[in-house]
Amino acid sequence: MALKMVKGSIDRMFDKNLQDLVRGIRNHKEDEAKYISQCIDEIKQELKQDNIAVKANAVCKLTYLQMLGYDISWAAFNIIEVMSASKFTFKRIGYLAASQCFHEGTDVIMLTTNQIRKDLSSPNQYDTGVALTGLSCFVTPDLARDLANDIMTLMSHTKPYIRKKAVLIMYKVFLKYPESLRPAFPRLKEKLEDPDPGVQSAAVNVICELARRNPKNYLSLAPLFFKLMTSSTNNWVLIKIIKLFGALTPLEPRLGKKLIEPLTNLIHRYVWQILLCSLRTVLISLSSGMPNHSASIQLCVQKLRILIEDSDQNLKYLGLLAMSKILKTHPKSVQSHKDLILQCLDDKDESIRLRALDLLYGMVSKKNLMEIVKKLMIHVDKAEGTTYRDELLTKIIDICSQSNYQYITNFEWYISILVELTRLEGTRHGHLIAAQMLDVAIRVKAIRKFAVSQMAMLLDNAHLIASNTQRNGICEVLYAAAWICGEFSEHLEEANQTLEAMLRPKVTTLPGHIQAVYVQNMVKLYASILQQKEQAGDKEAAQEITQLMIERLPQFVQSADLEVQERASCILQLIKYIQKLQVKEVPVAEEVIALFAGELNPVAPKAQKKVPVPEGLDLDAWINEPPSDSESEDEKPKTIFHDEEQRHSKPRHPEMDEEELARRREARKQEQANNPFYIKSSPSPQKRYQDTPGVEHIPVVQIDLSVPLKVPGMPMSDQYVKLEEERRHKQKLEKDKKKKKQKKEKRGKHHRHNSLHTESEEDIAPAHRVDIITEEMPENALPSDEDDKDPNDPYKALDIDLDKPLADSEKLPVQRHRNAEALKTPDSEAPPVEKKSKKPKKKEKKHKEKEKDKGKKKEKEKKVVEEEEEKKKSSKHKKKKHKKEKEEKSKDKKKSKKKHHHSEEEVVESVQNGTLDDEPLPTYDIQGNLQNDSQVTVSVIFENKSTSFLKSMELNVLDSLNTKMLRPEGSSVHDGIPVPFQLPPGISNEAQFVFTLQSIVMAQKLKGTLSFIVKNDEGSTHEKLDFKLHFSCASYLITTPCYSDAFAKLLESGDLHMSSIKVDGISISFQHLLAKICFHHHFSVVERVDSCASMYSRSIQGHHVCLLVKKGENSVSIDGKCSDPTLLSNLLDEMKETLSTC
Amino acid sequence: MIKAILIFNNHGKPRLSKFYQRYSEDTQQQIIRETFHLVSKRDENVCNFLEGGLLIGGSDNKLIYRHYATLYFVFCVDSSESELGILDLIQVNLLDMGYAHCFYYICTYFFSLIFYVHNILAEMVMGGMVLETNMNEIVTQIDAQNKLEKSEAGLAGAPARAVSAVKNMNLPEIPRNINIGDISIKVPNLPTFK
Repeated sequence: MALKMVKGSIDRMFDKNLQDLVRGIRNHKEDEAKYISQCIDEIKQELKQDNIAVKANAVCKLTYLQMLGYDISWAAFNIIEVMSASKFTFKRIGYLAASQCFHEGTDVIMLTTNQIRKDLSSPNQYDTGVALTGLSCFVTPDLARDLANDIMTLMSHTKPYIRKKAVLIMYKVFLKYPESLRPAFPRLKEKLEDPDPGVQSAAVNVICELARRNPKNYLSLAPLFFKLMTSSTNNWVLIKIIKLFGALTPLEPRLGKKLIEPLTNLIHRYVWQILLCSLRTVLISLSSGMPNHSASIQLCVQKLRILIEDSDQNLKYLGLLAMSKILKTHPKSVQSHKDLILQCLDDKDESIRLRALDLLYGMVSKKNLMEIVKKLMIHVDKAEGTTYRDELLTKIIDICSQSNYQYITNFEWYISILVELTRLEGTRHGHLIAAQMLDVAIRVKAIRKFAVSQMAMLLDNAHLIASNTQRNGICEVLYAAAWICGEFSEHLEEANQTLEAMLRPKVTTLPGHIQAVYVQNMVKLYASILQQKEQAGDKEAAQEITQLMIERLPQFVQSADLEVQERASCILQLIKYIQKLQVKEVPVAEEVIALFAGELNPVAPKAQKKVPVPEGLDLDAWINEPPSDSESEDEKPKTIFHDEEQRHSKPRHPEMDEEELARRREARKQEQANNPFYIKSSPSPQKRYQDTPGVEHIPVVQIDLSVPLKVPGMPMSDQYVKLEEERRHKQKLEKDKKKKKQKKEKRGKHHRHNSLHTESEEDIAPAHRVDIITEEMPENALPSDEDDKDPNDPYKALDIDLDKPLADSEKLPVQRHRNAEALKTPDSEAPPVEKKSKKPKKKEKKHKEKEKDKGKKKEKEKKVVEEEEEKKKSSKHKKKKHKKEKEEKSKDKKKSKKKHHHSEEEVVESVQNGTLDDEPLPTYDIQGNLQNDSQVTVSVIFENKSTSFLKSMELNVLDSLNTKMLRPEGSSVHDGIPVPFQLPPGISNEAQFVFTLQSIVMAQKLKGTLSFIVKNDEGSTHEKLDFKLHFSCASYLITTPCYSDAFAKLLESGDLHMSSIKVDGISISFQHLLAKICFHHHFSVVERVDSCASMYSRSIQGHHVCLLVKKGENSVSIDGKCSDPTLLSNLLDEMKETLSTC
Repeated sequence: MIKAILIFNNHGKPRLSKFYQRYSEDTQQQIIRETFHLVSKRDENVCNFLEGGLLIGGSDNKLIYRHYATLYFVFCVDSSESELGILDLIQVNLLDMGYAHCFYYICTYFFSLIFYVHNILAEMVMGGMVLETNMNEIVTQIDAQNKLEKSEAGLAGAPARAVSAVKNMNLPEIPRNINIGDISIKVPNLPTFK
């Protein structure tokens, strides 16, 4: 035996080992690929042998080849073989290879489950360790689900070496299998206090990663971390904890106060490192804890300055990084270090320059924008390397365009900067410049004349820009130039010349899409020239220009680009026709110009998304019933409440045959043709645009033409800078004069006040009263940031409430024997159902399918939630409208009852006491809080209808025994909660208040008052407004989707109480009716069969509510089942009220 | 989270790559090339942080690197890691441990040591998260594992060891002892982390 082994290894001696392979590759530099393919053949041979050592050697070599970029997935099975070797030496090689090349798509990975499980429970700690390390790299959802429980056990292994690895790998498991988070969390929390520092650090690491994505769920751990922070000496742990606090403090302002002391201690201990890593936290805590602590921030900034001035580049970089974090919260204190930052722009290190650029972005103000941009322009000229120059270019544009061009006082200057930027060679960002040009020209009306003249100049010099079409980046600006010249051709002074420039043969070398724009816009130009000439009575010239077009256009007709060709040939025909008319001396200009009448409005990019869904429109409803699956056809709808509904159900519609369909289609077409409203003529945006006051009344200042406009190739922005400076100077002088006058008048009474007066940003009035047209939004759109969230974020799934006690159903799947009776599968049914379904055997096989199903279900759920949100949004708009209408009606001092959209019961009775016009009128929406079963959030919208300024608003509610408003700690029950904003006239804003309740089975009304100060020209007065908050039962319900099997089980369970109502005189359609119930009462439809539907919802305290809605001829009956009889009867009453208004 | 650890030489040839996110082999090579391209054109005395790798991660990510002798050690991390911390990790745990001295040999001649480095990394970083920063602990674990490996080889391993000794005989100056604990490379101006 021993001899055989020795012999085997003697054979092995002559196999190539890894060293030989690498040496070989080095020696075959010329034909490396050939040599490697030879080696791979050898490896394949070796893998076929039985000797595990040979196999391991082969896998070893493969791992090296993988690093060089060769695909080794074909050997996945052999890798698994090596992984399952009994010797640690080979096992290690196997797991390493697996960790380098396995991934979710590797199909054989399923085979590893048992092997890994065996290794995890191996008595040798290094076997376990190596398995954990390997698994951390290739864990899949399946593996995570199957092994979660084993890893959980390892978390309390006796050896810290295993414990820390097990803790760390849990993060990966959570990511792949989010359901495991809740069951595993208590143990993870335990590990925070593990005696071994390594385990502790691993636990902190995992929780920090988790909390970074969803901080609010980890707020309750704050005290524990606080303790850790003060006791731990491990720097890694400290940094992680401080980062974690950085994420938590914005959510819980009180934390900030507490953190100040330990953090200052830490700063003393590890000055730089901690300061750098945690500055953000320190700052947040400082600013939220003691608002007037700006001195310490100044100190921080001072210290950072020392860092940035340090010769060590790393410190410089980190200093700048930290500075940018301060900038976000305290821009003022950083702005004083502008000199330093600008100096950093000259640094030889690109990373540092980029950081400095980032900082500049936040530092600009109206005052220094021009100066900063001027400096940047110098850098653009100096910069070598296109990437950095491109970066500079984007930054210049970013800086100038930030927050809606807030800092630009002189748009002429900006346009000239943009024009200067077009001279950059080889930039990739031509389209950026073009987009800016278009944006400015469209949105800043006053600048159009100037912009057009500049663009005409660009077109004239197009050959400079487009001389080399390879660097296609910059010729994008011609796109903008052509469009602006065409669209605003009325501002063009020498349109003829521009038109000729656009018709040059050179143009045909430009990219297709630019040519297309050229062609389109030369017609616009042509039209305006035509009109000019005709009005002047200069028929000759008009015909000349037509002739020119006819001569030059054919070059575009021959273009290879489809778009260009199509447009050009269309237009050529049009112009030929015009020529015919011209010969007959028919005036055509008016008609030609009518082609391009009207003005374009800028539309916000999100506008489409924000169009509210009109009431009664269900986007998810089928227009035609979908073809049903043959399987489900046989299934009979489950009877839930009574059997009688079976009788109600009508026979299915007979299948329509082809002919019938065709006939109907014809009929529909006919109908559409006859229906004048089918293609809804859009209520032209221009009209509305002109209706808005202000736009037309803006004084358009004549542009000072003392500046030479047509000096191609000369930088001009400098002149604007000078002009601007002069202007500002003048303005200042004027102001000073005024001030002096005032002073004289005041005779030193207000000496102090005047001496405090320094030149602030507000003093610089923009040169032009430039009206920046805001982008258009749909009528009822509500600003919200929610839609920016990425629905595919993998971390979203981990947003799980961790404080709720564990339910029985939430257990990690444990591997059992196949014939075990009740298989616990991880796919716990839809949340409301606590009972486990008993489907033996089959289930395990179906595991995979189930997983897929679950994915789908989740998607559905998501959809539902989104929908719900949308509904809420739209309803808010409705509410506003509603209110406005009502407002007009109830001008007389009557009690104005405002109906709430959400449930008709939620009624605001706003009682006026005096001046109605002054009231901010609250409308509100009550929402259950998912996190807490005894809290609801009330969102109140305040709208100031008056012409005065409202401030110091305070909302107070008279608490009842059951319902209390959540007030900040330390305030008494009689204190109001200040509303965190002020309301200028005509503005509305939303504030949220949290209420705690004990019982939710009854609807309640709370009385409250809103006190505020009205400030107008005559002075300020204190006003009060009484209102009532109505908490309906429906507002405690949370729309929860439920599936029919779970629903059926729930009903069968027998611990639900039953009650029913019947409402007569219902005329609306059933679809509509269901939508109404879903919408107003937060239900979701479980199943619908003809005119019966089952619905489900859940209260914030976990009551299940099931409904069966049946529609008769003229009536609707609703049978309800609920775990609480009172809640049910109240809900049904509310529903009755809703339905009776239908 | 650490997204990837890359070690490559002055010519951009990979000496070790460890990705904690799945990328296809081609993408991995592209990432290595791009990283090399970014890192190699930087001067010696500029900072060790770099933004702007496009392939791996995007704006949230940073490259933290050290250049030692002919090798670049690059960590690609996201914003949850502290820059100085990672730099310290490279410095203290990878270089000062004595590997710097023989890394050149490890990665060019003494190849199975690639696995050695992999093993060290495995003890240091797991699944993209820092597992252990205490050097002594890491060394203890590695030693124990090597011992285990040696004991497993036993009789059967002897001939293979002999052959590899012969094969390597003519090579100059192979470092005999890889755990040279007392060699420490001075890094100017970097404040010590501990």
